[in-house]
Amino acid sequence: MRLPEGSTVEAPHGTTIVAVTHGGGVIMAGDRRATMGNIIAQRDIEKVFPADEYSCVGIAGTAGLAIEMVRLFQVELEHYEKLEGSTMSLDGKANRLSNMIRGNLAMAMQGLAVVPLFAGYDLEKRVGRIFSYDVTGGRYEEHSFHSVGSGSVFARGALKKKYREDASEADAVRMSVDALYDAADDDSATGGPDLARRIFPVVMSVTADGLRRVPEDEVSAVVEAIVAERMTRPGG
Amino acid sequence: MSTPFYVSPEQVMRDKSDYARKGIARGRSVLVMTYADGILLCGENPNKALHKISEIYDRIAFAAVGKYNEFENLRVAGVRYADFTGYRYDRIDVTSRGLANAYAQQLGAIFTEAGKPFEVELTVAEVGPSVADDQLYRLTFDGMVQEEHGFIVMGGTADPITAVLREEHVADADLDTAVRLALKALSTPAEGTERRDIPVNAIEAAVLDRTRPRRAFKRLTAERLGTILGATSS
Repeated sequence: MRLPEGSTVEAPHGTTIVAVTHGGGVIMAGDRRATMGNIIAQRDIEKVFPADEYSCVGIAGTAGLAIEMVRLFQVELEHYEKLEGSTMSLDGKANRLSNMIRGNLAMAMQGLAVVPLFAGYDLEKRVGRIFSYDVTGGRYEEHSFHSVGSGSVFARGALKKKYREDASEADAVRMSVDALYDAADDDSATGGPDLARRIFPVVMSVTADGLRRVPEDEVSAVVEAIVAERMTRPGG
Repeated sequence: MSTPFYVSPEQVMRDKSDYARKGIARGRSVLVMTYADGILLCGENPNKALHKISEIYDRIAFAAVGKYNEFENLRVAGVRYADFTGYRYDRIDVTSRGLANAYAQQLGAIFTEAGKPFEVELTVAEVGPSVADDQLYRLTFDGMVQEEHGFIVMGGTADPITAVLREEHVADADLDTAVRLALKALSTPAEGTERRDIPVNAIEAAVLDRTRPRRAFKRLTAERLGTILGATSS
């Protein structure tokens, strides 16, 4: 498929994903907006997925391709686990994902890029780790925190100021949601918390006990606290 | 050149069956049975890593007796079949009936075409929303497939074990009761042999727990088995 010069395919795009490590593991959170040009294609899309019991993946880029890539990635990890009788190492998972992104290079050159963020708990090293990628499949380990997507510049700026080495799981959740608020504040393609419709960021937590999705009532409490604080100090 | 002896097809099949049966009876038995919250799979297996009981898919498990390399081959094929079908369509479209049919085809073809039949017997178990929806399929070396209800005993000396289960198996037992019954049945001696107690660390056991979301398969650790069985003796 070759597109005419200067045009792009109109397909929904994903936007801001953040990941933050803490003493017990790692937190990943993503906003809920998908855009198609200037249109909000969907306001409750989910862009952070469990990859397996000890890792999760967040997607930025062309939603359709990214969701399909995640689906295949999930199947591959489970397939390996069943055949081998043990979980794949975190580095192994990160490498596998890198390979899948490289496979999409031709599409990326047409403007349909997929750039995931991968995070998980390393059962060998007993720490939470974050991996970022570029469209060619380059795999880069990030330390402390990272963000991808159109609002990532603002999210990363917020995290740089707020991140603390001794953060607890709850602190990391708070930092992540705070960073997403800042991303939504300055990036039109990132959705802020929708209090009217009760649509809140998806937050995943991975620790030695495995992966869990932070329940909506916990996330809504964090969101409400942040919104209340921003009423007096909009800059956070 | 000498003319080969004529052997009737009946004789060939009989020989192959006898050969396979002998191989299967040499090992230790494995049993699969339903209980209130799911399906229990249990057998004697001192190996820690070479499993006789495995997960195939979200609600489906596999148990086998006989030659390890042969049933391991079938297990891998089953996992491939299930993961591929689930990815291509939807997770809900992977069924134990489809898997049992695939196995039956493969075993049947090997039995008739290959020089040597597979010395294996398999159970494909699928846990449903209630005990009445649970499905158990027994597959034999010649490709025969049978749906059974309540329990399946395979390999070793199955008769005395089957007798115990026929007497005492109830569909609404809790897990602890089911594990104790399984152990009692497995350690029942065959006629003319001594009673043998199976050490806890030589038991391989797993459940398909219908209360678990998505992946129902869970292995029971030696520690967990110890707690369950310890409670009986006190």
